[in-house]
Amino acid sequence: MLKSKTFLKKTRAGGVMKIVREHYLRDDIGCGAPGCAACGGAHEGPALEPQPQDPASSVCPQPHYLLPDTNVLLHQIDVLEDPAIRNVIVLQTVLQEVRNRSAPVYKRIRDVTNNQEKHFYTFTNEHHRETYVEQEQGENANDRNDRAIRVAAKWYNEHLKKMSADNQLQVIFITNDRRNKEKAIEEGIPAFTCEEYVKSLTANPELIDRLACLSEEGNEIESGKIIFSEHLPLSKLQQGIKSGTYLQGTFRASRENYLEATVWIHGDNEENKEIILQGLKHLNRAVHEDIVAVELLPKSQWVAPSSVVLHDEGQNEEDVEKEEERERMLKTAVSEKMLKPTGRVVGIIKRNWRPYCGMLSKSDIKESRRHLFTPADKRIPRIRIETRQASTLEGRRIIVAIDGWPRNSRYPNGHFVRNLGDVGEKETETEVLLLEHDVPHQPFSQAVLSFLPKMPWSITEKDMKNREDLRHLCICSVDPPGCTDIDDALHCRELENGNLEVGVHIADVSHFIRPGNALDQESARRGTTVYLCEKRIDMVPELLSSNLCSLQCDVDRLAFSCIWEMNHNAEILKTKFTKSVINSKASLTYAEAQLRIDSANMNDDITTSLRGLNKLAKILKKRRIEKGALTLSSPEVRFHMDSETHDPIDLQTKELRETNSMVEEFMLLANISVAKKIHEEFSEHALLRKHPAPPPSNYEILVKAARSRNLEIKTDTAKSLAESLDQAESPTFPYLNTLLRILATRCMMQAVYFCSGMDNDFHHYGLASPIYTHFTSPIRRYADVIVHRLLAVAIGADCTYPELTDKHKLADICKNLNFRHKMAQYAQRASVAFHTQLFFKSKGIVSEEAYILFVRKNAIVVLIPKYGLEGTVFFEEKDKPNPQLIYDDEIPSLKIEDTVFHVFDKVKVKIMLDSSNLQHQKIRMSLVEPQIPGISIPTDTSNMDLNGPKKKKMKLGK
Amino acid sequence: MAGLELLSDQGYRVDGRRAGELRKIQARMGVFAQADGSAYIEQGNTKALAVVYGPHEIRGSRARALPDRALVNCQYSSATFSTGERKRRPHGDRKSCEMGLQLRQTFEAAILTQLHPRSQIDIYVQADGGTYAACVNAATLAVLDAGIPMRDFVCACSAGFVDGTALADLSHVEEAAGGPQLALALLPASGQIALLEMDARLHEDHLERVLEAAAQAARDVHTLLDRVVRQHVREASILLGD
Repeated sequence: MLKSKTFLKKTRAGGVMKIVREHYLRDDIGCGAPGCAACGGAHEGPALEPQPQDPASSVCPQPHYLLPDTNVLLHQIDVLEDPAIRNVIVLQTVLQEVRNRSAPVYKRIRDVTNNQEKHFYTFTNEHHRETYVEQEQGENANDRNDRAIRVAAKWYNEHLKKMSADNQLQVIFITNDRRNKEKAIEEGIPAFTCEEYVKSLTANPELIDRLACLSEEGNEIESGKIIFSEHLPLSKLQQGIKSGTYLQGTFRASRENYLEATVWIHGDNEENKEIILQGLKHLNRAVHEDIVAVELLPKSQWVAPSSVVLHDEGQNEEDVEKEEERERMLKTAVSEKMLKPTGRVVGIIKRNWRPYCGMLSKSDIKESRRHLFTPADKRIPRIRIETRQASTLEGRRIIVAIDGWPRNSRYPNGHFVRNLGDVGEKETETEVLLLEHDVPHQPFSQAVLSFLPKMPWSITEKDMKNREDLRHLCICSVDPPGCTDIDDALHCRELENGNLEVGVHIADVSHFIRPGNALDQESARRGTTVYLCEKRIDMVPELLSSNLCSLQCDVDRLAFSCIWEMNHNAEILKTKFTKSVINSKASLTYAEAQLRIDSANMNDDITTSLRGLNKLAKILKKRRIEKGALTLSSPEVRFHMDSETHDPIDLQTKELRETNSMVEEFMLLANISVAKKIHEEFSEHALLRKHPAPPPSNYEILVKAARSRNLEIKTDTAKSLAESLDQAESPTFPYLNTLLRILATRCMMQAVYFCSGMDNDFHHYGLASPIYTHFTSPIRRYADVIVHRLLAVAIGADCTYPELTDKHKLADICKNLNFRHKMAQYAQRASVAFHTQLFFKSKGIVSEEAYILFVRKNAIVVLIPKYGLEGTVFFEEKDKPNPQLIYDDEIPSLKIEDTVFHVFDKVKVKIMLDSSNLQHQKIRMSLVEPQIPGISIPTDTSNMDLNGPKKKKMKLGK
Repeated sequence: MAGLELLSDQGYRVDGRRAGELRKIQARMGVFAQADGSAYIEQGNTKALAVVYGPHEIRGSRARALPDRALVNCQYSSATFSTGERKRRPHGDRKSCEMGLQLRQTFEAAILTQLHPRSQIDIYVQADGGTYAACVNAATLAVLDAGIPMRDFVCACSAGFVDGTALADLSHVEEAAGGPQLALALLPASGQIALLEMDARLHEDHLERVLEAAAQAARDVHTLLDRVVRQHVREASILLGD
């Protein structure tokens, strides 16, 4: 029986409520040090090392444990995460405070604690009999917590001494608060600031760079001159927002001009939706994505958005005057009409800082330890960091975190976090694009892996419960070549009554990923598998994605089957969903499957099954298109990789076979059937996917472009759009239809996941289906896992859990999934762009034929069908006289000197790699044909000025 | 601020207990002289007072009398100062009626009612921040104090379910967090369930575990109550001078 003492904690909230809570103190909480006789191993889970030898510290030569306080944990988590730092005691008091103050840090510290090698131990000091402290009269909560931490540190030191007489083991208290440290030393606790301790680690000098510099004591003497006005405290901001003097919004820095930003005001008011901020002082230290409060300036000070491109190049702190000059430059020559609401930042409501990727711009002074860091994202200001390894970090991609932005500093202060590798290296660049697109790509943690099934794995009796044995069926899978995560397989057979039985079998991922565990949380966070050109970032660990869940041939696999009985007209007579065991008879590629269907002398089971499927698929497709489903097009390319260097050696546009559309057709059918079923069963919390119809204005560009070719595109319904796209053919210009379809794709809205209880428009525009969901790729999409769970509950094959039937939770999941999908798409595009650069780097300068996709005021956007590459050709250059440009919005066309450019015109462009800016290499295109004197480049020049000031942008497959 | 963490990674609950541990229980029997039986119990911050009258002749309408067994009449009321906000609740509101009904079901199952046909046993329970479990435990002691023959002790305990772990004997904070809560009244010797009540959704797969946690807690309560009863009897016998 435990000894317990009852303490009453009384707190008053709202004046009337009296909260009385019991607080039990225990004497069976272990100290976490193995071999401690007093505690007798009364602790479970990760523990400290008995005699930690490293890291060697000059201030504390004995073996020791670390005991950090809350602020150290919050600000120096980068240091604590370093593998060199081990044997840390995290107090419950500290952990609770961290939990209340920063969720991301709390998550990180929990991950570290779960890592066995780090030897972090959480000590439940608040419930320990000897370390509990009560709040004293006149003592605030913070002081009490500080005292609680000190009491625990003291207890630890005394406790460890009791272990054995000659024990040298010590607990070192780490705090950055000077007062707290003094008090601790008075009480006889060895205490250091984080900086002192880290600097004393003789074996790990690189750790110093990772220290966050919090110039609390003003040890960094800046120029002293105050540049920025003070941020108002939160309470004043809230008052101001309520009364309407300030506006709250998201700060979005401009990519082109570092002295300009816009703030998107939250809320629904129509006017002043977007406020312009101009000039350093008005930006007042806000960083991209921060939530800020702004004050509107009087109308007389309003400005127009400038069209000047300005990049922060300055190295010096003192050129604030110069900045003012530049600011004045922005304000010249604006007409009254262009003026927009202008404001200034008065305070920051929430910082949204994250670690940023970028490169170091080394200081001009050789010995200087302070350097500026230029982030890859142009919207982020440069960050000042302190490092001794500047020479090794030069020319590398590094990660830096912002620590703060004092009023007297031109740039924010930050600290170095990680070195990613050399610029231009494939691994480094891949890492950068993953980080910049917020794609979680770390290896799966031990906690996650612990939920994987133990190998060797086999199907047990228990697994067979609620499961149908379909191993006798002749099932096969059809996928692209080299696919290791096979999540769907198909079969088709004739029944005795003459009807056809068609089955779609999907990997039963939800059998392995149980709701709520670490594996589930991690895959929910990742949301989707990201496919880059040469790499795949899995959503679930490889054991599942490429082995246990992958429906490989000739092995028994668990599946979720959707089986229809159809007549020969592909009309569904009966639908059945069941969990099953299958044994795929063949894993085919699209080409192999096509070959089987086409060859007359193959008549085995698999081939007949495939033929039956193909026949039905054609009918299904026809019916779908009749209903108004769209067939769109986007220039998709595949890189041929060199098998050894993994450099792209050639590009190839993706080929489409009949079998591609066969598989697709049945996947669509399965998705629609499942969507109906789960919506029927869970009308309030089914996870569905919708594709809203685009507003008519989106189509304008398509209609206008088609009209210039004397074609008519109707856009009133999806069906008429599909039909008019089908009819839009030109005998002399066969590629026109594809171009039109590419343009039509650009007009579309984004398809999104949503929870059926939160929305009432379910329609999927592109597929012309009233309801749709994702069911068929649970290995690579988390949405499908949820849908599997819903369906399993609906057919009684699995049990439910509270979160599954909570529509708000589901809506949160949908939000994350939509974000992750968007980011994955961007990352994919960025990866393709990077490989295109590599490709053209090796290929040199080439001239290719291209078609004009869009006409802009000073440029044309062209598409090169051979590479599926899209780029912009600019006609205005900084140091050259501007050519005469006449832009017509109606046709749309652009007249340059005497040549007129229309959409879909064929041109010839020269493609080359512009590496003038190491951080932002890009593809540059210039016009070759038709020749315009002074603009187009002669076909045979080789001495090109690659470092010209021209800014070219490349966009890929939007 | 993040929500309350009901169960920490180290396995401690908000008030420092582990998942299966009970709150502190203190009980006394025979607190009132004029009643036939009475008892007072403290389970954590929950305090319940039970008094028993009877068996005696049916009062009021004779028609209510049962020919073969005794009528168990239960009444529950909670003190005005017992909850977070001080509010006067009228007699016979929904909550106390429901609680009275549940108590009646529990004790009809436990008391050997057939021994006292055509008579009535009154159980009055008053609780501070009342929960069903405390009321049952208090009433058991009171009935024992009154010397009314019973099949067995009736021991009750609640249990909840957080993050895949069953928690025994929920405190107010844990109840307020909104998870499923199950109340169980058990006859410990036979393991028979006198009453099982839950008004939240919980999947049947988890039910067994939660039920087991509640039953184990109820058995722990029984050990404690048993000790209290023996102590009381010992004291009484000393007073009687045996």
